[in-house]
Amino acid sequence: MFDALSERLDRLSTSLRSRGRLSDADLDEALSDVRSALLEADVELGVVRAFVEAVRERLSGEALAQSLTPGQQVIKAVHEQLIEVLGATPLKITYASKPPTVVLLAGLQGAGKTTAAAKLAAWFKQQGRQPYLIAADLQRPAAVEQLRVLARQVGVDVYSEPSSPLDVARKGLAEATRLGRDVVIIDTAGRLAIDEALMDEVRAIADITSPDYTFLVIDAVTGQDAVHTAQRFHEALELSGLIVTKLDYDARGGAVLSARGVVGRPVVFASTGEKIADFDLFYPERMASRILGMGDVLSLIEQAERTMDADVVAESAGRMMSGTFTLDDFLAQLAQVRKMGSLGGIMKLMPGVTKEMRTAASNVDEGELNRVEAIVRSMTPKERRDPHVIDGSRRTRIAKGSATSVSAVNQLLKQFNEMKKMMRQMGNGPTPSMPGGLGRMAGLAARGASRSEQLPAGFEALGAGMASATTTPRGGAGKNKKKKGGRVTPPKQR
Amino acid sequence: MIVLYVALAIVVVLAVGTIVWRRRRRRVAPSLVAPTRAAMPDLLVSETAPIPSIADEFTLHDRLASSRGVFDRVRSISGTGELSADQLELVEEVLLRSDVGVTTTSTVLEELRAKGAPDGVVTALRGILRDSFTAERSTTTRADAGRVPVWLFVGVNGVGKTTTIGKLAKRHHDEGRAVMLAAGDTFRAAAADQLEQWATRTGSDIVRANEGADPGSVVHDAIGRASARGLDLVLADTAGRRANSTNLLDELSKVRRVADKAPGQVVETLLVLDATTGQNALSQAREFLAASGVTGIVLTKLDGTARGGIVVAIERDLAIPVKFVGVGEGVDDLIVFEPDAFVDSLLGA
Repeated sequence: MFDALSERLDRLSTSLRSRGRLSDADLDEALSDVRSALLEADVELGVVRAFVEAVRERLSGEALAQSLTPGQQVIKAVHEQLIEVLGATPLKITYASKPPTVVLLAGLQGAGKTTAAAKLAAWFKQQGRQPYLIAADLQRPAAVEQLRVLARQVGVDVYSEPSSPLDVARKGLAEATRLGRDVVIIDTAGRLAIDEALMDEVRAIADITSPDYTFLVIDAVTGQDAVHTAQRFHEALELSGLIVTKLDYDARGGAVLSARGVVGRPVVFASTGEKIADFDLFYPERMASRILGMGDVLSLIEQAERTMDADVVAESAGRMMSGTFTLDDFLAQLAQVRKMGSLGGIMKLMPGVTKEMRTAASNVDEGELNRVEAIVRSMTPKERRDPHVIDGSRRTRIAKGSATSVSAVNQLLKQFNEMKKMMRQMGNGPTPSMPGGLGRMAGLAARGASRSEQLPAGFEALGAGMASATTTPRGGAGKNKKKKGGRVTPPKQR
Repeated sequence: MIVLYVALAIVVVLAVGTIVWRRRRRRVAPSLVAPTRAAMPDLLVSETAPIPSIADEFTLHDRLASSRGVFDRVRSISGTGELSADQLELVEEVLLRSDVGVTTTSTVLEELRAKGAPDGVVTALRGILRDSFTAERSTTTRADAGRVPVWLFVGVNGVGKTTTIGKLAKRHHDEGRAVMLAAGDTFRAAAADQLEQWATRTGSDIVRANEGADPGSVVHDAIGRASARGLDLVLADTAGRRANSTNLLDELSKVRRVADKAPGQVVETLLVLDATTGQNALSQAREFLAASGVTGIVLTKLDGTARGGIVVAIERDLAIPVKFVGVGEGVDDLIVFEPDAFVDSLLGA
């Protein structure tokens, strides 16, 4: 989300790495880079200034850690400040002692309130609640239909009537109580923060429904205006928090920092895609780490979930662990990798991969991948199963078939062998030659695999190793896994 | 070394895939994409109130000058010739706060420093900004003989594509054209209903299909019918899509190709941009330009406090002209873009 920012800070750390200690001039230069990065990420100017000053303070304070290079110190200070601004822990939703718990959504036109309302209802349902939706957006044509269609998809009832937003809210709430629903979500019309009449209206809705939570729904790609909007809605409604939508759009998402920095209310939920399931509690620490390019395995998982054919992957993973990975598997996995996006993009989300490798991976172009694919496709099924049968004349044939050269075929076969060796090693334990996180992950995976009887369990452990290979604490999938998966506990370090 | 990187990626993917595989077995997530074949629910709420129009008393100037402060200070900069560091900083702040962006702002500052301000800072700055808007910005409703002109509307989610089409349908209707609307947003729930209400309101025809239908076929159908009935213009809606997804952009390219086949002819592809959007708008413009050959921009929601300064960067870098500006929810609240008024409003003049 903040790729642009993390890239800049990355560059910053390189330029500062070699210097002994942080001079005033270095500090100014570093902070000016931080400032530009934040501005490019659409963080509001006032928030940027405050942020930069706070980082400066952290750095000029007494105890600079001896063990860190100047670059690392800047990064550390920025990271700590990011977490402070974003809020250290996610807000815990509590439920009203006398149900229903009322949730009011407000925001500008097109921020995604209606979709967020349906996604929120689905989220509450997943928490074991019985949500009820109230469609109080009578302004935009067909907004009520939109909510009804979405609500049907998530299996939640909607209250609406062609009267006034106030009446809808009041009667809807009464209906929810009558039906014994314990969470009520009110979707309101989009409105400009400077439109007094409409702001009065939403305030009136809040007055008669006395919501337990009032959320401002805000678009992640909002520019400098995010602050005005958040401020005015906060003045009118006393927000309990923010719901950030469209967080999948862009590398930046500075609106999150701006709004949060100004109204001082936490970002509670984040929406990261078009599907109902692309919605969850917002994890500040996860975001802060990601801003600084520390990798984000969870996002990788989410990305994979959207694109890949899990069954195909699971099958090959089994053969990988047992060392019988074939060129057919290689081909199938290559297709999965390409579906997920660029190699560089995947590497970026991977913790512990060095910057050199990231750069190299992002320089691999599509053409090269096409050539690799063409070579494998020019082999017969037998050759793909057992590359040892490929002799001189077969190599010539493959080279011709794939419009490459014999040396390219040779190179591929050689590297494939090395890759197999690497994978087999991963089945035996961690290898020091592998990049940090990946090596650790592989090691964990291997130990997990040796303990499990059935094949799929091997992958489960592989997954668990993945999840624990990051440095950040996580909620989401990691937590779910422990709760529901039962047997998948991260293997202990030996 | 390429195979090594592929190998690393594969290892990652295998591990991730395993997690996904396990998660899938556990729960089947409900999905927005599931096309609903069932008939749409009856309209429960039709129009509840007449839509107010503020276009009559509207001037861009009034609306945009609403938040002053630093903008006042820029105007108060006096003196000519060499610019002081303080003055430049003030100008920088104005531009940054208007979402012009870091890169374009520093270019503008360079130019300002180079040119100096013989007639005052505001005049100099206005001149430089005004020079960003040099592209031709007229629109056309004319197609080759025997072809139906099509205006295609593209953009990310929630920027106001459907509303813009409604307003433009009214405008064309008032100018005496018979308009056909194509409900090409078959993805978002009830998008076609929303467009249909606009069709009724503006006296236009509409072609729509069930949710989940192929958008290309809806547009094709609309063009066919418009051609058979001898209508003057087709306004084609498309689903909002993020600009960083190759698949979604490919789908859009396909819709455009379909719309451009005889008897249709795409004469305008309008990118709808939300004025509250920050630097992402530049990526949106770049990606949609590449995918669908955007010919102009409609800048919506300029009636709020956002200034939409990112279009300065877009016009400078990509030379896509802003053609219309959305300034309210009323059916007439869409006006032709005027560079002078816009620049004045950026400077809070």
